[in-house]
Amino acid sequence: MTVETDRSEKFAAYAHPERLVSGDWLEAHLGEPGLVVVESDEDVLLYETGHIPGSVKIDWHTDLNDPVQRDYIDGAAFAELVAGKGISRDSTVVIYGDKNNWWAAYALWVFTLFGHDDVRLLDGGRDKWIAEGRPITTDRTVTDAATYPVVERRDDAIRAFKDDVLAHFGHPLIDVRSPEEYSGERTTAPAYPEEGALRAGHIPTAANVPWAKAAADDGTFKPVAELDAIYRDGAGLEQGEPVIAYCRIGERSSHTWFVLTHLLGFENVRNYDGSWTEWGSAVRVPIATGAEPGAAPSTTPAK
Amino acid sequence: MTDHTLPSALADIRDDFLALEQRERLEMLLEFSNELPELPARYQEHPDLFERVVECQSPVYIFVEVEPDSVVHLYATAPKEAPTTRGFASILVQGIDGLTVDEVLGIPDDFPNTLGLTAAVSPLRIRGMTALLGRTKRQIRERIAA
Repeated sequence: MTVETDRSEKFAAYAHPERLVSGDWLEAHLGEPGLVVVESDEDVLLYETGHIPGSVKIDWHTDLNDPVQRDYIDGAAFAELVAGKGISRDSTVVIYGDKNNWWAAYALWVFTLFGHDDVRLLDGGRDKWIAEGRPITTDRTVTDAATYPVVERRDDAIRAFKDDVLAHFGHPLIDVRSPEEYSGERTTAPAYPEEGALRAGHIPTAANVPWAKAAADDGTFKPVAELDAIYRDGAGLEQGEPVIAYCRIGERSSHTWFVLTHLLGFENVRNYDGSWTEWGSAVRVPIATGAEPGAAPSTTPAK
Repeated sequence: MTDHTLPSALADIRDDFLALEQRERLEMLLEFSNELPELPARYQEHPDLFERVVECQSPVYIFVEVEPDSVVHLYATAPKEAPTTRGFASILVQGIDGLTVDEVLGIPDDFPNTLGLTAAVSPLRIRGMTALLGRTKRQIRERIAA
């Protein structure tokens, strides 16, 4: 059972308006059968300090990543996780979170790896919801466990691995990190912890479009005309071309993946979640430094 | 790891965490977060004295005071929107305040990894607490060398 889509005028201009809901829409639909609201934040305790009534928490690190291997959880673990949150295969899932929906977009991307059909973001996320004085509670959400099928994760359509990137030269790459990380001055976002990359810089030919450029001051997504100016006019993306986006561990680029796929309608966008923590430590992969994208390597290095 | 250098206040906090189920450990961390004391008035108007712990994902600042008799006081401030970081800071503030210089410097550097929070919070996030402890010790060494 799916819940009706938000027909706000702002969303209608996007390629897939059904992927966003507004605060007004969500407040009006809270508690409706078939709807599950999920909070996904950078801080693992933020949900506990107050959350949308009836919402459940999914943590990007402790829930969605495999605890041992550097990979996402498998189909069985995903089914167990989301069923425990009251999510069925046909649930409408609305995800919201802190920091312009940074981690909410990451969770949405992982839901998409498992082919969950109806998953949406709350435009503006947690901060805007609170700023608008909408209801927040610390009451523990009691959910009835649902049943969710074990679905095999499908990585090929929206996820890129290192070898995919090596084979991708000649097509557009988007580096969504800060200019300092892109140029090679540093390997982590300003004020973020070192996550281990041995070399600094960017993948040659990648255009630098920091992820937060897609967000307005209030954390909502910018209107389609402004997004077109950033990604089509600015970064030179053209409809029909395959695109790979990356950042440091694939979270910020999930946000850009959402914008390109669901708001601008690009049909072949993949997120390289190995991102700089893999590329910047891999042996014999090409790296460019400085503010310019740099040229594609003439030969593909040994794998 | 040897236990005899871990001050009793910190050992008690560690034992309290380890006695709980994973989910309850997160709740206790939130309680610590809520208990982080406000800065004393004399420091509220002196953000310049505080050092940013850049290893933490959220803006957290610390300042260490060493009294003439070697008693240590740790002050920390972090936003309400960063409850995990506040919780880490609060554990150290409560566990360290009133100890002597030697006692604080003797705290094992891997203390944050012994709280049983790695699974509930993730190893990545625990690193922020390790950095808090490391910077606290460094400030103490600077104060006593001055």
